[in-house]
Amino acid sequence: MKVKITLNGKLLNKHIPNDMMLLDFVRKYGALSVKRGCDTSNCGLCTVWVEGTPVLSCSYPAARADGRSVTTLEGVRQEAEAFGRFLAAQGAEQCGFCSPGFIMTVLAMRRELKDPTEEQIARYLAGNLCRCSGYTGQLRAIQAWLREGQQAGEVQA
Amino acid sequence: MNYVNQAVPKLDSAALTAGQGAYTDDLATQNGCLVVKVLRSPHPFAKILSIKRETASRVNGVECILTWEDVPQIRYTLAGQSYPEPSPYDRYILEQVVRYVGDPVAIVAGRDEACVDKALGMLKVKYQLLEPVLDFERALDNPSVVHPEADYHNNFDIGGDPARNLVASGCDAEGDLEGALAGCDVVVDRTYYTKANAQAMMETFRTYTYLDHNGRLNVVTSTQVPFHCRRIIAHALGLSPARVRVVKPRIGGGFGAKQTLVSELFPALVTLRTGKPAKIVYTRQESFSASNSRHQMRVRVRMGATRDGIVRAVAVDALSNAGAYGEHASTTVGLTGHKSIPLYAKAEAFRFSYQVVYTNTMAGGAFRGYGATQGCFAVESAANELAERLGIDPAQLRLKNIPQQGEVMPAYYHEPLSSSRLPDCIRRGMELIGWEQNYPRVQVSDHLVRGVGMALTMQGSGISSIDTASATIKLNDDGYYTLLIGATDMGTGCDTILAQMAAEVLRCPLEQIAVDGVDTDHSPYDTGSYASSTTYVTGTAVVKACTQLVEQIKDEGARLLGIPAERAAFDGQAVSDTAAPDARIGLDRLAQTLVGGMNPHWLTATASHCSPTSPPPLMAGFAQVEVDLETGECRVLDYVGVVDCGTVINKNLARVQTEGGIAQGIGMALWEDINYDGHGRMVNDSFMQYKLPTRADLPPIRVEFVESYEPSGPFGAKSIGEVVINTPAPAIAQAIHNACGVWVRDLPITGEKILRGLWEQQGRTL
Amino acid sequence: MYTIKSYVFAQSLDEAWELLNRDRQNNVILGGGCWLRLGKKRIRTAIDLCRLGLDQVRLADGFVEIGAYVPLHRLETEPLLTQRFGGVLGKSVENIVGVQLRNLATVGGSVFSRFGFSDLITALLALDTRVVLYKAGEMPLEAFLSAPIRRGDILVKLRIRDDGRVAAYQSLRRTATDFPVVAAAVSRRGNRWVVSVGARPGFARRSPLAAGVLERGEGCGAAGRAAARELPFGSNLRAGENYRRAVAAVLVRRAAQACEEGGREA
Repeated sequence: MKVKITLNGKLLNKHIPNDMMLLDFVRKYGALSVKRGCDTSNCGLCTVWVEGTPVLSCSYPAARADGRSVTTLEGVRQEAEAFGRFLAAQGAEQCGFCSPGFIMTVLAMRRELKDPTEEQIARYLAGNLCRCSGYTGQLRAIQAWLREGQQAGEVQA
Repeated sequence: MNYVNQAVPKLDSAALTAGQGAYTDDLATQNGCLVVKVLRSPHPFAKILSIKRETASRVNGVECILTWEDVPQIRYTLAGQSYPEPSPYDRYILEQVVRYVGDPVAIVAGRDEACVDKALGMLKVKYQLLEPVLDFERALDNPSVVHPEADYHNNFDIGGDPARNLVASGCDAEGDLEGALAGCDVVVDRTYYTKANAQAMMETFRTYTYLDHNGRLNVVTSTQVPFHCRRIIAHALGLSPARVRVVKPRIGGGFGAKQTLVSELFPALVTLRTGKPAKIVYTRQESFSASNSRHQMRVRVRMGATRDGIVRAVAVDALSNAGAYGEHASTTVGLTGHKSIPLYAKAEAFRFSYQVVYTNTMAGGAFRGYGATQGCFAVESAANELAERLGIDPAQLRLKNIPQQGEVMPAYYHEPLSSSRLPDCIRRGMELIGWEQNYPRVQVSDHLVRGVGMALTMQGSGISSIDTASATIKLNDDGYYTLLIGATDMGTGCDTILAQMAAEVLRCPLEQIAVDGVDTDHSPYDTGSYASSTTYVTGTAVVKACTQLVEQIKDEGARLLGIPAERAAFDGQAVSDTAAPDARIGLDRLAQTLVGGMNPHWLTATASHCSPTSPPPLMAGFAQVEVDLETGECRVLDYVGVVDCGTVINKNLARVQTEGGIAQGIGMALWEDINYDGHGRMVNDSFMQYKLPTRADLPPIRVEFVESYEPSGPFGAKSIGEVVINTPAPAIAQAIHNACGVWVRDLPITGEKILRGLWEQQGRTL
Repeated sequence: MYTIKSYVFAQSLDEAWELLNRDRQNNVILGGGCWLRLGKKRIRTAIDLCRLGLDQVRLADGFVEIGAYVPLHRLETEPLLTQRFGGVLGKSVENIVGVQLRNLATVGGSVFSRFGFSDLITALLALDTRVVLYKAGEMPLEAFLSAPIRRGDILVKLRIRDDGRVAAYQSLRRTATDFPVVAAAVSRRGNRWVVSVGARPGFARRSPLAAGVLERGEGCGAAGRAAARELPFGSNLRAGENYRRAVAAVLVRRAAQACEEGGREA
C-alpha cells in the first residue's frame, strides 16, 4: 500500500508491504539507530515516537503511521547528543545497543513528567532493558542531566 | 598518572549514543545480500529420515537450501578456545541426527525474509524419534546415548566417555579429606542447584559474509573471539585458514555467549555455495533456544570446621549439564571448585571432583563467571550455613579463613596470592551495608522483615600459560599513533582502557592514539576477550609494545640529534638531550623525518604476552533484602560490592562493569529461570518468559574499590569482568534466610519457594 | 509474525463490521497489535479503526466512557480516571511491560481478548463496567466474559458507572513488569463490596462469597480466605495452584483493607 510518513521531518511517499512494521520501515529509510532486541514487545530497544508519543516500532504497523510523523534518534540529534554526553560521562552506554531506544524514552519522559522522583524514573523507563549496566549508572546520568536542565531553566527564568 | 586510574569516557561513546550504524546488521548493506534462516528440529532427539525440498526450492527468490547431505563431514567444536581446544569435536554444521529442540535441520537462503519464511514452511521433514535424555541427573549410563558417532574426537583426554553420556570428569585433591572432616566439630553437607541461565545480551547473534576481490571468505560477525572464529570456520568448512578473514565491528554485548561460534557457519556456507553475500540475524527466540547458556549444575559441598571457626576440610562435587554438545564443558566445571575452595586457605584437605554429562537440551557454553558462579553459590552458601551452625558471624568466619597476600593456594593450582586486600573489602562492605545494625535481621512490620547476607568470590585474570595476546603500536607519519589489538571490545570499553595504558606509557594525550577495530587480516593475534583476560593479558602486551616504541623513539631521536642513545629523553612530545635540554626534536618532525628521504625507519612495535599465573581479583558482596512473610515476595533493598581488582584502570568503566555484573547476579538469584517441558522444548525462550531484571526491580547498586597492586599486571591491574557476577546468589540466599529462616538451595529463589519454606516452619504444606 | 494481504482504515463502524464479517476466519480488527504479532496469522484484511475517534475518555449520563482505542497508558494519566475509583484503572496497568507498550496496547484489545493474566479486566470487574459491542449492544462485563468470544462483533467502548465507589488494586509479580502471578481488585460503595481476582491464571472472576463476608462485616482477612476458597486456581510457568491461592487470600485482604481506609492506597 501507499503511505505518507514524515520521518524525522522529511515526508516520505512510499509503497510498502501491508504487513511491514514501523521498525523495518525506519531502518529501510536510513534510521539505523533503531534496533530490534526481541520478538515479543518486551525490550524497548526499538522505541521511536509517533506524533511525539514513545511506542514500540517493532509492533506498530507501518501502515498505521500513514499521515503521521515519526521521530527516531536521528531526528532529535542535538538533544540526544546532550544526554549522550551524560551517559558517556558515567560509562553507562556500555555496548550501546540499547542506547537509542533508551534515549528516546528518556527524552519522552522529560516531556511527560515534571521533576520525576527516582521511583518515577524507574517506572517510566522500566520497559527499556539493558543487560550491561545494571541501570545504576544510567540513573546517575539521568539525574545529572535533569539537574543541568533544571539549572539552565532557572537561569533562563 | 594522567590516564590510568581515571574516569575516561569510552572512545566510541559519541557514536554509540548517537545511534550510528556500527553493528553487524548495520554493515550488511551490499546489494543482493541473501537472507539466511535455519529450519530447526522440533524434537529433542531424532534421526532425519527424509527432507522434501522440491516445493520449497521453487519459491520465487529462494537461492539455496542445504541439508545434512550438503555439508562437509568434518567434526569440530564451536568453543572459542585456544587450539587444541579442550572441548570435544562433536558437531557437524548439519547432521542426520538432531540432539535438541532447536538443532539445525536445514539452511535456507533467499532474496528476502518473506520468501525464506515461505520456503521454510514448505520443507517437509520425516523424523524417526529417539528416546531423549532430558534430566541431567539421569544422563550418566542412560540407555540413550547422545553421541554414539564413530568420528567423535577429543584433542586430548578430558576424562570423557561418550558411550556413558560422559563429556568429561576429573578430580583434584590434597590431604586426607575424610580424616580432616572426621576431626571437625561441625560439618555441613548440602546440595545446591543452579540453572542454565541465558547471557541475554541485547544484540542477538548475527553474521554477514561475502567473498572479496581475491575470492576470500569475509566474515563480519558479532564475536568475542575473531581469531578462534577464523580458525574454526576454516576447519569446519574444510578451507585453508588463509582463505578466511574475520572482522569484528561494534558488538551489542556478549557476556561469554559470543565466545562460542553460533551464527557464523550458516551464512558462510551459503556464501561459499552461491558466491553471494549473505547474512543471518538470530531472533530472540533462537538466541535463547539455539545457542548456548550457562551450564546447569548440581553442586554438593561438604565443609567442616573446628569450633573456633577454622575451616579444616572442603569437598566439592559437581555434576554439570553440557546439553547436547560439549563446548566449554570440561573447562567451566573446573572453575566451580578451583575458584571457590581456595578462599578457605586453612583447610588441611580438599577434594574437588566433577562429571559433565550430555543431555538432549541446548548446549552450555561460556557465561560470565564461567562455572565459578555456580561454585560460588554452593560453597559460599555452605560457608554461610556453617557459620550459622558454629554460631559465628559469617563475615568473621571469612576473616579467619581467607588466604593472606603472599600465601600459596593449593586448590588454585598452587599459585601464590600475589595481591590481596580482601580483608579490607570485607570490612568496608560491612560498614557500607550497616552490618552491625542490620545483621541478621530487622523486623519492619508484622509481615515485613529485612535480612542481610554476604559472600566472597575470586576469579582469575586470563588463562595462565595458554591464552596469549599481542599488541602493535605504530608511530604514524604525523606523530600520531595507531594501536592495533586483537582483543574485542564488546561494550566493556577495552579499546579505551588499552588506549589509556598506551597514552600513559607514551605520555601523550589520549586523542593522539587511534584504536583500530579487530580484523584478522591486520590485527595482531589475540585469543579474544574472555576469561577476564583483556585488561591483564592484552594490557601487558600493550605496555610492552609501547615501552619498546618509546625506546625506538629515543634511539631515533638520539640519532637525529647526534647524541648517544643513553642521553636521550622522551617526554611524550619531543626527544631531548638530558645534557643539553634545549636540543630537542619534536615527535611530529621526528615521525616525518623517519618516513622521508634516506635512512627511512618507520617505527612500529609489537609485543605478545602470556602470563604464567592468573592472579585472582577478589570481591565481597553484601545484600539486604526484605521478605514479605505472607506472600514470600523478596525485594533486594541494597547491594554493596567491594572489589579488589588491583589498580583500577578506568574508574567509570570498572564501576559500571561491577554494577552490571551484580545486576546479572541478582537476576540469576531471583528471577532468571530456564525450564524445559516434557518434550524437551525450552519454555522460557523470550523476554516475556525469561525475566531479566528491569530497573524497577533493582536497588541502586553501590560499588567501591579497594585497590591492591598486582606486581605482574599492567600498572598493578588485575581483571574485573567476571568476578562481579558471583556474589549475589549466595549473599541474597543468606539474606533471605536471615530474614525469615528459610534456606533456598535451588535457584532462582522465587516467592513461592520462600513461602513454601515459611509454611513448612509452621508445619503446613503449600 | 502475521502477514496481511490488505490493510484498510475503516471509515465507519458499519464498514468495519461489514469487512470483518465478510471472512471472520481471516479478517481481523486491529487493536494495539502487540499480541497479534506473536502469532503467525495469515490475515486477509486487517481492519484499522484508528480513524474512528475511538480513543476518547469522557463522561456521559452518569458513566465514564472509555473508547476501545484508548491506549493503556492513558488510564494512568487521564484525570477523569485518576480521580475516580481510587485511580484503580491506572494502577492496574502501570506495571505492564513499559510505557511504550502501554502507548500501543488498547483497552478494547485487552478486554476483547480476555487474557487470563489481564490486570485491566481484574480491575474493571471490581467496578460496574459494561461492554458496548457494535452489534450485540451493551452488556455487563461479567456477562461478556462468560459468553463465547464474539468474533464477528466489534468492541466499541466501555461504560463504567460513575457511582463514586472506592477501589484498590493489588498484584504480585515475579519481576516488576511481568504478568501478574495473581491479581486482586476490591471496590466498596457504602456497604456494597465487589471482589475480583485475576491471573488465577484464568481470567478474572468475582467472588460473591468474599463480597458477602465484607458486607456482613466479618473482616478483610475472612474475605481473602473466602475468595481463595470460592475461586478456582491453577498452575502455570509462573506459579503453582496452591501458591496462587495463598497469595490471592493476602491480596484480597490488602485490597479490602485499602478500601476500608478510603481506597486511596493500593
